[in-house]
Amino acid sequence: MEHVIQVEGLVKTFGSTRALDGLDLTVEPGEVHGFLGPNGSGKSTTIRVLLGLLRKDAGHARLLGGDPWRDAVALHRRLAYVPGDVNLWPNLSGGEAIDLLGSLRGSLDRVRRDELVERFQLDPTKKCSAYSKGNRQKVAIIAGMASDVELFLLDEPTSGLDPLMETVFQDVVREITAGGGTVLLSSHILAEAEALCDTVSIIRAGRIVESGSLTALRHLTRTTLHVTTTEPLDGLDTTPGVFDVRISDGGHTARFEVAADQLDAVIKHIGEHGVVALTSAPPTLEELFLRHYGDELATLAGNGNGNGTSNGTADDGAARTRGGRRRHADAGAAR
Amino acid sequence: MTRTTSRPLAGTGRLVRLALRRDRIILPVWIASIAAIAWMVIGSYEATVGGEAERMSTAAFAAGNPMARMFDGPAAGYDLGAMVMVESYQVLAILAALMTAQAVVRHTRQDEETGRAELLGSAVVGRHARLTAALVVALGANVALGATITAVLAGTGYTGAGALISGVSVAGLGWVFAGLAGIGAQVFSTARGANAAVGVGLGVAFLVRAVGDLLGDVAANGVAVVSAWPSWLSPLGWGQQMRPYYEDNWWITGLFLALTAVLVAVAVALAARRDVGPGMVPARTGPRCAAPTLLHSLGLAWRLQRGIFVTWLVGLVTMGAALGPMGESAEELISENAQMYELLERLSPGAGVVDLYFAFSMAIFGIAAAGYTVQALLRMRAEEVSGRLEPVLATATGRRRWLAGHVLIAAAGTAVILALTGVASGLTYGAAAGDWSVMGDPLTGALVQLPATFALGAFVLALFGLLPRLSGPLAWASLALALVVGQLGSLLDLPQWVLDVSPFTHVPLVPADPFEATPVLWLTAVALALGAVGFAAFRRRDLAIGA
Repeated sequence: MEHVIQVEGLVKTFGSTRALDGLDLTVEPGEVHGFLGPNGSGKSTTIRVLLGLLRKDAGHARLLGGDPWRDAVALHRRLAYVPGDVNLWPNLSGGEAIDLLGSLRGSLDRVRRDELVERFQLDPTKKCSAYSKGNRQKVAIIAGMASDVELFLLDEPTSGLDPLMETVFQDVVREITAGGGTVLLSSHILAEAEALCDTVSIIRAGRIVESGSLTALRHLTRTTLHVTTTEPLDGLDTTPGVFDVRISDGGHTARFEVAADQLDAVIKHIGEHGVVALTSAPPTLEELFLRHYGDELATLAGNGNGNGTSNGTADDGAARTRGGRRRHADAGAAR
Repeated sequence: MTRTTSRPLAGTGRLVRLALRRDRIILPVWIASIAAIAWMVIGSYEATVGGEAERMSTAAFAAGNPMARMFDGPAAGYDLGAMVMVESYQVLAILAALMTAQAVVRHTRQDEETGRAELLGSAVVGRHARLTAALVVALGANVALGATITAVLAGTGYTGAGALISGVSVAGLGWVFAGLAGIGAQVFSTARGANAAVGVGLGVAFLVRAVGDLLGDVAANGVAVVSAWPSWLSPLGWGQQMRPYYEDNWWITGLFLALTAVLVAVAVALAARRDVGPGMVPARTGPRCAAPTLLHSLGLAWRLQRGIFVTWLVGLVTMGAALGPMGESAEELISENAQMYELLERLSPGAGVVDLYFAFSMAIFGIAAAGYTVQALLRMRAEEVSGRLEPVLATATGRRRWLAGHVLIAAAGTAVILALTGVASGLTYGAAAGDWSVMGDPLTGALVQLPATFALGAFVLALFGLLPRLSGPLAWASLALALVVGQLGSLLDLPQWVLDVSPFTHVPLVPADPFEATPVLWLTAVALALGAVGFAAFRRRDLAIGA
């Protein structure tokens, strides 16, 4: 089957700024694809090129089998867009804005619309000028999600939503994919992406630096183990594939990280020491993400270092955080 | 330290510096442009009416001619300085008022609309600091403007008290409108609403003094007008009654200061009684679902445009209705004056006085209606910059269709405004004169302006496509140029090509002169070509991404 989104070598410049610098992105039918990166990394620019709002400078982009610039109107009938920072007409009510955006697209499911208004607890009679950021966002989400289309382009859709509404949003996304829809979810909230996405692409400075299924990506990183043994654990520091070891309780308790390909050998080694308790935590998306942004964080943490030392009580936590960040920085550099 | 919280003016100095930093280009450009107009009027007057005899007859004509009384103001002797100020005062003062009002609104209501005010309000900034800072900058800009005008007059040889009085008369109107804009910024919840209120205020001020000057008498010396009482109800009238280089009425400065103080006090009192953010007019709730008429791009365009349209329609039709009956007075005044009749005969042979009257007044309405056209078209730019266009174009609405909706409403709106203004003038003239035979004349005079307004509108459309960032300032500048050329063009002795740039130069003087198809067809062709450029350019360019 054809790719829903296929982008190769996309370049977009604004004056001297190179917002997209040879970006590749492929989204398959029926998947929720996480598009991850911090502010200013080029997520919104990519989506706007895909919507035909910005013109690409170079590269190749196909969307639902069409050209995003030339076939914009025809393609837009088949997709819904939820911007992350939506500005609405101050003199229209929320209900009017939802109906308007839906009918301009050409497909608003009235029953679904009313259901979503109910679930997101939106008062549709208020004027848009009276809405808070979160409520404006709900208007955009309802207008987008209540349409019967193939593709949903969601650009940081939950910014400003409270945790309760965030849960409702995640349910709605799952309903969409259950119905066969495809979702491109741009986000910097990693927990949200982790909860929803099948595949992710990590963008940095206008380029994709990592892409693949979440399961496959996890194999590239380390699992955290927390063990308590009857005999003191020895030789962990020198075992290949083991990092960041912390021993406590006279050597009976250890916390460390293991590279995925060495997991088997390490477990065997631990097994010889009489395991009393063992917990393992899979790598989080955050760790994946930090592998690519570790150097930036190291710089930031380095700057914070001088400030933190004067404060005795905060120092413990700060030191741990810094240690954690450095670890990722090292891993990133080693790759 | 805690005392800072109760100081209502805390932070004013910093906000003044911030406002000056933001306005460091726009205010000097305004001031220099207004002063340049004064300088050009001086030069052209010296070139055209040099001798004393010539000046006397020109002043006598201005005093007796009802059109000159209405549109320029009361003649004030034949001193060159006085004549220059009578001729140019209204243009200078109206521009000063617009400069001032926009500055005040920019630093008050517009900041609240964009949320900047909230951010500032959370810092050590007192409750009245923002309004005070805006007023300080606006009042100060008028002092600078007045000083510049005084310097221009004194520098070209028009020294003495008159130079100072001239500067004060222009700055005085600016002060009054600073206060008015301050009130508008409290009452209305949008910058557009506040600016529109100022526009209405200017229209009323013009109309009231036009009535007063028309109903006035020619003074015993034959070269000045003694205005009737309505002129004294309008601050625009006050500026003219200062009569620089003629009577030098210093005391009117007090009227300006007093009214400004009252308006500022009202604005401050209103500001103290309301929250940051909403205006005084509370937001109402709206329908739960949209009406079917809203649910297409034309419906949305109409919804966004109807406020602007209704405001301009009511304003211009009211002015049209008010100016209609004056045609009769014009006729009476001129028929009593054989010399004037002769002059008009020469200007447009064979034309009746009423025809000339309607031709001239409808030419002014043509430019005024173009103000609506420009504002309606720039609404598109506002939609784009605010980010509201983005979700619309992400739907199955194409760029051409969206653009066509707004253009259609701006074009049809201009036509309706001009037509109804003409009809209103014809009806009120007919009722006043008891003569219904010329009912259709103002209507044709109004409609013949339409191709010129379309040409200007199409230019704005081309700007929107090609130079979106500059489209706002350039659009208003082109309208201002049309106004200056139309009002002062013949007087300024501008080169023909400058006059030709304004589409209104080419409009036949209907009903005084016969209708000519050639210029009208040319204007229409130019409008279509520029419009096509605008459409094509907008389809090809990046969308400006809001915030």
